[in-house]
This record gives sequence, C-alpha cells and structure tokens, in this order.
Amino acid sequence: MAAPTVTAPSRQDTNSFAASVKDAAIAGALTGVLGFFFLALRTEIAPGGLEVSTRWGVWIVAILIVFAGRLLLNLFVFKTDKPVTRYFSTGKSSASPRLPWLGRALGIFLFLVATVLPFLIIALFPAQQRQFIDLAILIMTYVMLGWGLNIVVGLAGLLDLGYVAFYAVGAYSFALLSTHFEFIGFWTALPLAGMLAAFWGLILGFPVLRLRGDYLAIVTLAFGEIIRIVLLNWYDFTGGPNGISGIPKPTFLGMDFSRGDDGVAAFLGIEYSTIHRFIYLYYIIFLLAIITNLVTMRLRKLPVGRAWEALREDEIACRSLGINTTNTKLTAFAIGAMFGGFAGSFFATRQGFISPESFTFLESAIILAIVVLGGLGSQIGVVIASVVMIGGIELLRNIGFLSQIFGPDFDPVQYRMLIFGLAMVGIMVWKPRGLVTTREPTAVLKEKKRIGADMVAQGEGH
Amino acid sequence: MEYFVQQLINGLTLGSIYGLIAIGYTMVYGIIGMINFAHGDIFMIGSFIALATFLVLTTVLGFAFLPVVLLIVLIISMLFTSAWGWTVERIAYRPLRGSFRLAPLITAIGMSIVLQNFVQISQGARVKPLPPQIPGGIVLMTGDTETGAMVVQLSYMQMIIIATTLVLLTGFTLMISRTSLGRAQRACEQDRKMASLLGVNVDRTISLTFVMGAALASVAGLMFLLLYGVIDFYIGFLAGVKAFTAAVLGGIGSLPGAMLGGLLIGLIEVFWSGYFTVEYKDVAAFSILAIVLIFLPSGLLGKPEVEKV
Repeated sequence: MAAPTVTAPSRQDTNSFAASVKDAAIAGALTGVLGFFFLALRTEIAPGGLEVSTRWGVWIVAILIVFAGRLLLNLFVFKTDKPVTRYFSTGKSSASPRLPWLGRALGIFLFLVATVLPFLIIALFPAQQRQFIDLAILIMTYVMLGWGLNIVVGLAGLLDLGYVAFYAVGAYSFALLSTHFEFIGFWTALPLAGMLAAFWGLILGFPVLRLRGDYLAIVTLAFGEIIRIVLLNWYDFTGGPNGISGIPKPTFLGMDFSRGDDGVAAFLGIEYSTIHRFIYLYYIIFLLAIITNLVTMRLRKLPVGRAWEALREDEIACRSLGINTTNTKLTAFAIGAMFGGFAGSFFATRQGFISPESFTFLESAIILAIVVLGGLGSQIGVVIASVVMIGGIELLRNIGFLSQIFGPDFDPVQYRMLIFGLAMVGIMVWKPRGLVTTREPTAVLKEKKRIGADMVAQGEGH
Repeated sequence: MEYFVQQLINGLTLGSIYGLIAIGYTMVYGIIGMINFAHGDIFMIGSFIALATFLVLTTVLGFAFLPVVLLIVLIISMLFTSAWGWTVERIAYRPLRGSFRLAPLITAIGMSIVLQNFVQISQGARVKPLPPQIPGGIVLMTGDTETGAMVVQLSYMQMIIIATTLVLLTGFTLMISRTSLGRAQRACEQDRKMASLLGVNVDRTISLTFVMGAALASVAGLMFLLLYGVIDFYIGFLAGVKAFTAAVLGGIGSLPGAMLGGLLIGLIEVFWSGYFTVEYKDVAAFSILAIVLIFLPSGLLGKPEVEKV
C-alpha cells in the first residue's frame, strides 16, 4: 500500500512507469525476503527429528504475483492521474443518493429469498438439500451473531473481542438446563439463556466500561478467554473438554420431529422425512435473526439507540451533553450479549453437543470480521459479509476446476481465515468506515443532510 | 525452600521472555498509542525463522559449533523478523494514521489472523519439536534424599536467557536515552505533529520502532524455542496477551516497566502453576490484566494519562 509519491505533474508521464516498476520490484524483493523462511523452506517432522525441505517454485510464484499485482496497482491506481477506482470511490454526489434505495431493495429481496430458502433449495438441489440447508442455517447463525455484535461494535462503538463468551453462556445455559431438568425444552430455555447471557454481559460490563476503547477490547478478550478456560476445566459442572452431549432437539408445539405417531409429520399428515427438522431449525434461526434485526432497528430510533451512536462518534461530547455513558454502554453490552445468548442456545440445540472447542477467540474474530467487512453499523452489510465469507468459501469446496489447478488436496476452507484476515486489513485500509460509507443520521434537524464517512470527525471519538 | 528457589529461577527466565516481547508493545503504544495486537505473532514468526535457520545451518550446511550457530541464528532471525515487523506496520498501520482510534486495532487483529494462518498453511499445523540444544547447568543446592530436598539447578540455557535480556535491555535503554533515534522517538511520543514540524521524520521513526520491537520479539522467539523446544503457529496469541499484560502492569510506555511487568507476570504464572493449579495459570494472567486495567490503568511505573479533548 503505497503512499503515493509526490512528483511534479508534468514529469509524471515520463517517470511514472519507471517508478512503478521500481516500486513493484521492491515489493517483490520484500516478498522474497519475508517468504524465504516460510514459502521456500518448510520444516517437517521426519523420523530422525526435524528436517527442512525446499519449495522454490512456490516462493518464486509468490514473488512474481506480488510484483505483478503491485505493478498493476501502481499503473492503474496509485501513480496515475486517473485511477480506475475513481468511479466507485469518490463519486459522492452521484453515487450516494442511490444507496438507501438500493440498500432497502436489497434488504427486501434478501428477506424474501430467505423466507422461502429451504423450499428453493429443495426444488433446485434435491440431491444436496441437506448440505445446503445446513449451510443456510450456519450462515443465518453468523448473520444473527453479526447483528448482535453490531449493536456493541457498530452502534455503540465498543470493540468487544470476547463476544463468543456470551455465545458460550447461552449455549451452556441451555445445555445444562435441559440436561438437568426434564421439563425444560428449547422454547423455555431460550429466554432464560438470553437473560443469563445479558446478566453476564452486565456483570462483565460493569467493571470494564470505564475503560478506553482499546483497553476495553483487550479486557473483553481476557474475559472471553477466562470463561472458556473455566468451561474447559470445571469438570463437575461443564464436563470439561468432553463437553455436554444429548442436548434435546427443539420441539414444535410440544411435538418432536420423529417418525412415530406423535411426531410432527404424522400430525401434519405429511410423509416423514429427516429434512423436516433442518427446515424447522432454519426457520427458528431465521426468526431469531429477524427479531434481532427488528429490535436493533427500533432501538436505533429510541433515545438509547441515538445515545449509542453519539457515544460511538464522540464520548467526551456525549458526556458533556449529559448522557449517562455507563448506562448507555451497559445497555449496548447487555442487549448484544442477550442476542449472543439466543444464538448460543440455538447452536447447542442444533449441534446436540457442545464443548469449549467451539468458543475460542477465533470465533470472536470471525464474528468481528463479519461486522467489520459488512461496514460497522450496517445491517445489510453483515448479511452480505456472512453469505460471502461463510457460504462463499464453503461453496468453493465444491468447485471442481479449483482442485484441478491446485491439486486434489486443495481445501479452500483452509484459507478461510487467511482471507478473513486479509479482507479485514484491506477493508479497514481502503474504507475504514465500512463498505457502505454513507450513514443515515437518525436524528435530524429540519432537513436530512447526508453525512459521508469522511465528513465525520475521525479524531478522538472512541 | 528448594522448590521455591527453583520456581523463582524458572519464573525469572519465563519473565525475561515476556519482558522482551512486552518492550515491543510498550514502545509502540508509547509512540502511536495503539495496541499492536499482531506483535505476539511477530514473536511466533521470529521463532519459526530461528527454527528454520537453525535446521539449515546444522542439518543442511553441517555447522557443528553451537555458539557460532546460535549467534548466526540470532542475527538472521532478528533481521528477517524486523522485515516482517516493518511490513506489518507499512501495510496495516501506516495508512490508518489519523483514522478513528479503533481502526488500527481492528487491522492489527486482522494482521494477527493473517500471520497465524499464513504460518499454519505454509509450515503445517503440527507442533515442531526441537531437542534441547544446551544441556546442563550449575547445581545451586544439592538435593538430599533423606530430607526430601530437591536439586535446585540453574541451567546454562536459563543463564543465557537472563544475561541476554539484561544486555538487550541495557542497550535499548541507552539507545532511547542517548542516541538521536531515541530522542526522535521520545519527541514523537510527546507530540507527533510538533516533532514533524521540527524536522523529525515521524514515519521513519515509527517504522524503526516497529523494527526494534520485532527484533526483540525475535530474540524472545529464539529463546522460547530453545527453552521449551516446542513451537507451533499459535504460540504468539497467549504469549502476546501475557506480554501485553506485562506491559500494562509495568506501566505502558515505560521500558523498565515492561521488563518489570514481564518478570512479575513470569513469576506469577510459574508460582501459580507450582502452588495452585496448572490449568488455571492463564486465568491468573488474564485476571491480572483485567484487574490492572480497571484499578491501576497507568501501571506500576507509568505516568497517568490525561485525556485530551
């Protein structure tokens, strides 16, 4: 990523190509230096201890890719008068008025697709229906988690690196309640799990919310890890690394999805199929996600939601205007945690088995990446980011020609986190306020004025 | 008593490693006020480079004289890890200077994920064991089978670690207080805009800070490799969080504070595992982090930070 070198405009044409090549060569050489010990050499565990093998091909290809990529970027974006990105990066006056309309249309379209998705999948891919519905459930879970975290990170501007802790609290609450008490099913445990998670949000939030933005992030990370380690080591209560199994499946009006006479299929008079349960699970998480979204949208219009957004922009100004910042932060934390708890109990009932493995920092990082990629604070962005990052990479697995190029053991899922990380860095560098840079001001004086990301003071607001 | 002394030695050794990593956090925080979340992974990169260099020198090129090999490994891993540190800063942090406060932290997390997964994919996810290279040590207290007293040993490895840390710490303190680079760093720490008006090349100074931090982290990586003999792509996360805890405990921005904090965290961790439970040793470190940040945000040796409007 170059800071464009300053050259006199008249000399640019003669110099820019040579300068671009030189710059690209430096980038390529740097790749060679950085990659030498990781791409060209590989340490392997061999019978007599470790040994080193070489992969010069990979190393050289990496250098060439960086050189070429950098050269193209230099020629067309960084060092030219007419960067090709100008069409979609700067056209503030022309591009932005389209966006709200586009966003709303896209939202309605995605909502309609999501309502009939299981049936679409059954109609279009009968052979892989179970796999695809499962994937849809997974994506929807991440959408819900993303929306939950969006309240904390996107709206209130509190970077929470331990969000997965509340997900874990929800999952373990439901698992423990349902395995210890016969009469508690999914639907009774769901609100309890949400409340417990919110309660934990308050407990953890109360001492830390006085902290500044980046310290807060690290402390939430610490809390998330503490909860995971406790879950891992408290054998009597949580089963330790073995986790909890035998978590009941959700029931439909008290009936479960079994083949027998008291099953849902018999009640509805349709033929029994295992896919029914997946469809049902999909609609549960869909409903939960929609509730999350609606609640968030409503809260944004309430005083507390406006206080969140004010807090995100400038905490000091907020305090001087008489907003109780502690309470505002705590509500954001608790509500975000509550939705995390709901998603957690859904996760527990879907898997039927949970263990601390599922609640590592990596999971928090994935959710955070989805929120960041979607554009902090944008609801539709979270959906797009989840679909692309979770679904897109899962689908890459099934594409035949990729494994023909990269060999049979090519597994794109292996690269998922790498892509996540690179995308996180790229998005923050290119568009720090997210892909959807225009943000609707929710409180308006007389007439609506558009606030672009670059007009918002990006200084000391946390 | 013997057990206590042995744990004390172990704690100081571990603490030295944490301290070396913590210096990187504290210098970067001091100068640009951001948590370089990827610093722990730079440490991991350093230990992988050290491992690869060591293997190339011993198995491929056939060097056998250990001190020379280790010296070459140290120099090469410092150089190459510095290049990583420089690149991370250039790609992920420099373009975001002047952006809102959480932006560089988010890219730092992204960078940390990238580094971990890059190493995992390119070097494999399995742990890399390296047999102990420097055996032996000085017996400080001979054991006694009748009274049940343990042998207390200060191994050569531990001596090397503590000595190297002391040398590096002295060197860095002198560098910050005496050289023009150190002066530029302190100037940037106080007021970046004013420093650049007075002719300090701020970008270059910040880059050099990252380079220095990465070099120290690579030393820590080499020592971690030699001390424990097992590394994998994930060691950077825990070590990074603990070193950050050390930096905060000592007072972020303060060099001796980072070292003090590192030693304290190392001691706490070792004594906690020795006298309480091994399972909860990370909880101890994380709890200290939370407690210090909540009740003592300026740390032991740090200056209280005044928030500017």
